[in-house]
Amino acid sequence: MRLTSEEVDHIALLSRLDLSPAERERAATELSQILDHFEQLKQLDTADVPPTEHVLPVVNVLRADESRPGLPREGVLQNAPEHAGGMFQVPRVVEAE
Amino acid sequence: MSLSQLSAYQIAQQVQSKKASCREVVDDFLGRIEAVEERVKAFVTVTGDEARRRADMLDRRLASGEDIGALGGVPIAVKDALCTRGVKTTCSSKMLENFVPPYDAHVVERLAVDGAITVGKANMDEFAMGSSTENSAFFPTRNPWDLERVPGGSSGGSTAAVAALEAPLALGSDTGGSIRQPAAYCGCVGLKPTYGLVSRYGLIAFASSLDQIGPIANDVRDCALLLQSIAGHDRRDTTSINRSLPKYLDALTGNIRGLKVGVPQEFFAQGVQGYVSDAVHKAIDKMAELGAEVVEVSMPSTEYALATYYIIAPSEASSNLARYDGVQYGLRVHEMGDDIVQMYSKTRVKGFGHEVQHRIMIGTHALSSGFYDAYYLKAQKVRTLIRRDFEAAFQKCDVLATPTAPTVAFKLGENANDPFAMKLADVCTIPVNMAGLPAISLPCGFHEKMPIGLQLIGNLLDESTLLRAAHAYEQATDWHTQRAVL
Amino acid sequence: MSKYEIVIGMEVHAELLTQSKQFCACPNEAVAPPNTNVCPVCLGFPGSLPVLNAKSVDLSLRTVLAFDSKINTRCIFERKNYFYPDLPKAYQVSQRLLPLGEGGFIDIDVPNGDGTSTVKRVGLHDVHMEEDTGKSQHGESIGDPDSSLIDFNRSGIPLLEIVSLPDMRSVEEAEAYMTALRQLLLYLEVSDCKMELGRLRFEASLSLRPWGQEEYGTRVEVKNLNSMKAVRDSLRAEIERQTRILDSGGVVVQQTMLWDEASGTTQPMRSKEQAHDYRYFPEPDLVPLDIDSAWLERVRASMPELPRAKNQRFIEQLGLSSYEAGVLTSSREIAEYYEAALEGYTKSDGGAAKAISNWVCNELLGRVNAQNSSIAEAKVLPAQLRELVQLIDAGTISGKIAKEIFDEMFTSGRDAKSIVEERGLTQMSDTTELEAICEKVIAANPKAVEDYRGGKEKSFGALVGGVMKETKGRANPALVNELLKKALTQ
Ligand SMILES: [Mg+2]
Ligand SMILES: [Zn+2]
Repeated sequence: MRLTSEEVDHIALLSRLDLSPAERERAATELSQILDHFEQLKQLDTADVPPTEHVLPVVNVLRADESRPGLPREGVLQNAPEHAGGMFQVPRVVEAE
Repeated sequence: MSLSQLSAYQIAQQVQSKKASCREVVDDFLGRIEAVEERVKAFVTVTGDEARRRADMLDRRLASGEDIGALGGVPIAVKDALCTRGVKTTCSSKMLENFVPPYDAHVVERLAVDGAITVGKANMDEFAMGSSTENSAFFPTRNPWDLERVPGGSSGGSTAAVAALEAPLALGSDTGGSIRQPAAYCGCVGLKPTYGLVSRYGLIAFASSLDQIGPIANDVRDCALLLQSIAGHDRRDTTSINRSLPKYLDALTGNIRGLKVGVPQEFFAQGVQGYVSDAVHKAIDKMAELGAEVVEVSMPSTEYALATYYIIAPSEASSNLARYDGVQYGLRVHEMGDDIVQMYSKTRVKGFGHEVQHRIMIGTHALSSGFYDAYYLKAQKVRTLIRRDFEAAFQKCDVLATPTAPTVAFKLGENANDPFAMKLADVCTIPVNMAGLPAISLPCGFHEKMPIGLQLIGNLLDESTLLRAAHAYEQATDWHTQRAVL
Repeated sequence: MSKYEIVIGMEVHAELLTQSKQFCACPNEAVAPPNTNVCPVCLGFPGSLPVLNAKSVDLSLRTVLAFDSKINTRCIFERKNYFYPDLPKAYQVSQRLLPLGEGGFIDIDVPNGDGTSTVKRVGLHDVHMEEDTGKSQHGESIGDPDSSLIDFNRSGIPLLEIVSLPDMRSVEEAEAYMTALRQLLLYLEVSDCKMELGRLRFEASLSLRPWGQEEYGTRVEVKNLNSMKAVRDSLRAEIERQTRILDSGGVVVQQTMLWDEASGTTQPMRSKEQAHDYRYFPEPDLVPLDIDSAWLERVRASMPELPRAKNQRFIEQLGLSSYEAGVLTSSREIAEYYEAALEGYTKSDGGAAKAISNWVCNELLGRVNAQNSSIAEAKVLPAQLRELVQLIDAGTISGKIAKEIFDEMFTSGRDAKSIVEERGLTQMSDTTELEAICEKVIAANPKAVEDYRGGKEKSFGALVGGVMKETKGRANPALVNELLKKALTQ
């Protein structure tokens, strides 16, 4: 079944991918193909099968509550595309109007 | 004989017995890199200066009587998905083209402790998504056996480097076959350890529940040597297994008398070529000759593994790769007047290649509201069925023998327009990751002068048996002594 | 009375009192120069992995035990995926399917308006663990209208989110809920609840429905509430806004509103992505928690007596009024101070609990509150207060003098005894000495003596006052009465 263009737009927005019209078209085709392939799994009855979250039965891996100094700030900011006053800088996020 | 012809084990011995200095070793390999790299293109970054400095430092320590470790003086190629402090770590993506981590991956720390010398960061499919290394944002890596062919992937750079003798050892990572499939294509030995045996701390995540770091080498002994160095508990990775480890080199007894080798028919279907199947069956016959007992096993859920993988891995990836948004590191694309959502979306569409974008969208869809149960949850349940198949099989045998890949290495560009054929390259390796099991690929023959891989799969945490079986077969054949001519 | 019934639910985020963050060893301290308490993990750098803080689980368990929630003994973490620049991994590690606690309740005291109150039970939906985000500042506030700046010091600080059912029916109930919850968290020492520092954050959801209607109206979430006052004012404003809409036949839109302190109004939050889809799935980088009974017992043993139980005990066993018990249990520090002062103090007439309560409630808290400080910072220690009350009991000082002494104790932190000795404030009970002073006062006030003898009882007071003045208030009042009467009848 082919994904609708609305569905592709929604997936692209959730994925934060600014696709061109041609890329959207290609995505619709390729995603639809692979989703068709997934249909195969419907043949399997998994009603009573628990999902695998971890392959090993490990639980309760915790660390003691001890603090250590963090990274030096050069290490924190050395890869930042933009920073100011020790903070990461981004285009303004508008929360309210 | 040039030092670069030696195995890692032999190099370590030469250095230890002072027959060669670390500097000589490193210079020799850097010379080899200079000679062949233009054709192979295994490395994103060659760290020659750092390697020489480190070699000199190790030589000084050696001169003052210090023990410099089991890998003392051995050069190694490190997949560019592993963080190296102060050295660019790109994941072969434009997104991280200039990313310099402020810390080392756990395995990189371990290598340093054991005296290995990193000679470069190896090329890969972008964010480890792919089976040919053609998805590198920078350039494709070539197969040293035939430069027109792919080395496999995603750890194609690591494997090509080892096959081209640019380094005797390499680290790769394997999410659905990314160590074993290129090892098969390049005639190398590649091991994916049990999930949790090697800490993932500092491995740039693709699919967290499947990713595992492992060794690539030219023979089983070197593989065991490197595994010993990187395996073991790390408190920074909660999925890291905390228990004492065997001495893997001690497992290489050459004796597999009475070993039960299971043969699952389902792994010989789905596009496995006759020549591959023949070579693998011959290898199984060889193991029987050596005293192993061959048993048929059935694993009916195998045919569902590919679909399951293509739901689970992209789902986890869609979340793991969401952090590449141009805020704290990596590429940022921002035009005048763009708001933050536009910045995110332009950055990500520019920074990620097509395959990565494609998988992010699959995963995003599979997790999204209304689809989660049908896709992600369903896949996690089928994953349980696949694990149960393996559990049942290991009731009857000690190792499983299968092809590693359905074909030998294909030509560059050959599968570019057939994404499904490309994905089929991992059909025999994917089920292993689903179950978290260890598996090794080693050469078992040639077709049209290209290596064929035998995959042996072991039970959870039973790397010793796996290595013993692989080593016994290897020693009884001479596939591993053949080298690509460059 | 309004035409509409008010329905309020609360979501509360409390930062936990740990040394280190939820998933890394960075200090749990957001107030520091920007981006100095951060590491690859809480910055979401590629390849970093989380490791859960054991203390944060213990503190969270303490809380769900206090709420009497059902504890999911197998509980897992999940990723909540969304893009926002202060969320470094673009997902928040949280819990949804198997949160630490489900259900449970908080009892609140709803004022009846006449000084009394009624207990009401507010149900909880769930209590779950998660990690805090970084902090962003926007536009004009940073002197650049086109930018936002992000500091990740807060990123990864352990949070407990407490989600109530829509059980509250008035702003007063919402306030009572906040007070009760804050009191409980403070008692449990799971959070310092400093709202001004964002360590306790409230979000309200509010809907109106015509009286008698069963289904809920459209709910609106109100955010950006930095104080109890902001919660109260924003709810009132939002009730007014929704009432206006409904009265004019309009429809309330389901949305998130931000409280704007300056204008005293709620404003719709602008969000580009209309459809939120958090794509929760189990966090593969963290293994499940398996909480066995031994673990629960260990946590239970670490829990203090909870405020409601303490309140009940103060009334029933110590004979305090419900007002006093309320004041004394309003915070764990006050209750502990009171109990420490009471310890080892006995009084022949059995009024020990009451006597100490008076001093704590009136004298001590009066001064503490006037200074806007806290009882924990008071210089007078519980044992010192007890000694002061004992000096009154023994007749060493008068109650009046005691208050003066207490003033000095409160400023200097010195012992009552040493102040009494230094200032010579010991009560005068020497009969001979006092007789002489009485004679002197009688001689100096012939008018008063005459009036008294003529039947004006009132004048007696003036004479007593005279003696007190002579003795700088140190005279034993009972003895003065006796001696004066004796002298006047002679
Ligand atoms: Mg929350
Ligand atoms: Zn941190």
